[in-house]
Amino acid sequence: MESLLEQYASVVGNEVIDHLKQLANPLKGMKILHINSTKEGGGVAEILNRLIPLKKELGIDAEWEIITGEKDFYQCTKKMHNSLQGNRDDISSSLLAVYESTNLQNFERLGKKLEEADIVFIHDPQPAALLHFCKKRKGKWLWRCHIDVSHPYRPVWKYLREYIKDYDASIWSLSAFVQPLSHPQYLIPPSIDPLSEKNIELPKKEISDFFDSWGIRRNTPIVTQVSRFDRFKDPVGVIQSYRLIQNYVPVQLVLAGGSASDDPEGQEVLQEVKAYAGNDPDIHILELPPDAHRAINALQRGSDIIIQKSLKEGFGLTVTEGLWKGKPVIGGDTGGIKLQVIDHYCGFRVSTPEGAAMRVRYLLKHPGTMKRMGKNARQFVLDNYLITRQLREYLTLIVGLLYGSKEKIELKLPPSLTTGK
Amino acid sequence: MINEGFKISDCALIAIATGEKAQNLREFRDRLKNVHPGCLYYHFWGGLLHPHFDDPEFQNDFAVWASRYLHDSKISEQLSIIDPNVFDNIEDLRNEIIEIVEKRLFESEHIPWVKTGHEFHFIRSQIVIFDTGVSYADPRDLLEAIPKMSLGSIFFHFIDSRRRTPGNRNDFSVWLSGFDDKYNGLIEALDNIDPSFTTLNELRQEINFAFKNYFKEGN
Repeated sequence: MESLLEQYASVVGNEVIDHLKQLANPLKGMKILHINSTKEGGGVAEILNRLIPLKKELGIDAEWEIITGEKDFYQCTKKMHNSLQGNRDDISSSLLAVYESTNLQNFERLGKKLEEADIVFIHDPQPAALLHFCKKRKGKWLWRCHIDVSHPYRPVWKYLREYIKDYDASIWSLSAFVQPLSHPQYLIPPSIDPLSEKNIELPKKEISDFFDSWGIRRNTPIVTQVSRFDRFKDPVGVIQSYRLIQNYVPVQLVLAGGSASDDPEGQEVLQEVKAYAGNDPDIHILELPPDAHRAINALQRGSDIIIQKSLKEGFGLTVTEGLWKGKPVIGGDTGGIKLQVIDHYCGFRVSTPEGAAMRVRYLLKHPGTMKRMGKNARQFVLDNYLITRQLREYLTLIVGLLYGSKEKIELKLPPSLTTGK
Repeated sequence: MINEGFKISDCALIAIATGEKAQNLREFRDRLKNVHPGCLYYHFWGGLLHPHFDDPEFQNDFAVWASRYLHDSKISEQLSIIDPNVFDNIEDLRNEIIEIVEKRLFESEHIPWVKTGHEFHFIRSQIVIFDTGVSYADPRDLLEAIPKMSLGSIFFHFIDSRRRTPGNRNDFSVWLSGFDDKYNGLIEALDNIDPSFTTLNELRQEINFAFKNYFKEGN
């Protein structure tokens, strides 16, 4: 059976894998621990699912743990998430006390691993306070921010900053998100996994079966947004766009969403979306379980245009997934989408429901442009947004951290590993 | 003269935010005066090793920002044509950019600015260079090796080399010069490759073509 690295080599080329092996050489045997708050649902869990086995195959002792909490904890962290993305959402002191005590409880459970790890990656605000309780840490700690913090609600950021400032470094998806902190702030955009169930090639029959099972016609253009039911993803705005399109061309809209176990607002937003959609037979609202990866893959592959009209977005993995499947993507002109969708090259960036409607109508009228953009889109992802690039940058960062803040770090190979020709 | 083998190195680059940003041309000039020298390296060369799309219309990030967001074609064109390789050091390059920006500020009736969200963010980089453990004694062996080289190796030996070799050259030419005049034709072909307006992938193809062409001619 092929190793994971060999499987990736078939997509990205041997040279990329050899490069990763070289970079991982000085990190062999090192204990690297990732901590987030969910094993299923959401982009962070998806990436960690594959990043950990890849690191292990490169000889790194990588592990992934999650923190757990009660309903109040997730309510608090959801508020934090919303506030960091700009909502004025004050958090009561009682909820903040739950946040702190939950982090303490999780530290008591994970303490030994946290203290012994050489490198600890803490993802997003949920486990950020763990460092505060880890008094005997051995390794370097990094806070990985996956969300758009370009204009945070200050009181909430100020609270969180007290925990973040003590980290050895932080990682952000985009320079525009970076908040002033005195430690090094690395920039690493997230990525997608071309070998995951969500992104592998699928048989044509599986794709058509999926559409048949949901009663979605293949002979009428399909515009799809895949994302959690979250107000920042603007599902209602997408329906408004659809209504501006259907007056001119026949079109079907698919809004497909899973739910993440750390998102208590999902059901509420879903009900709002259903109410707004009414009984329109050409709006298909698909509630998919968090593990419906092949279904989402089939949906994206069978759609004509992918839309991601977010109002705030750290980095929209569904945008990159759509591009990887050779589809033009219409994305909100915000956050990471600015980096993911090159305007007029692999899709369009828009600021309003009207803008999205105009671009969908334009593309449906120009199938040649759609095809050209789709081709550009796939190549763009191959060159820039696959998991191997993200892994390379994580490895580079770790080497960088271990060797200090020098601009240039030169690693020497032991003489036993050199070959001359 | 005895020449040592050509040692293949590889490199990876990581971007680091500086927190410095500019919303108009005057702020851009002011920040430029004080930013870490690594920012100039990153915004001129680093883009080749970082997410970008395959149509490098401009040679550096400053020119891209001036064109796309400041909508000032004059300064964008002037910044774009700067060849960083002709400067002996990074401070001379910095002074040249400041000079161009100041000239533009002097002749402008108003200060060009961008809306919030489109500021220029100064980024610096950290580069990790590693020895691949592979070396070649005979230039002919590079014929097979170049198509398989990582883009990091191409960057290191053809781009990064320009800030550490006499005359700002590529590593291949410097190494080949050690064989007296034997490979002058190949050196000339390599020196004639313009590393601007290109991608590392294209650059690898061009270098490969130079080697193939030279040895095909019976040299």
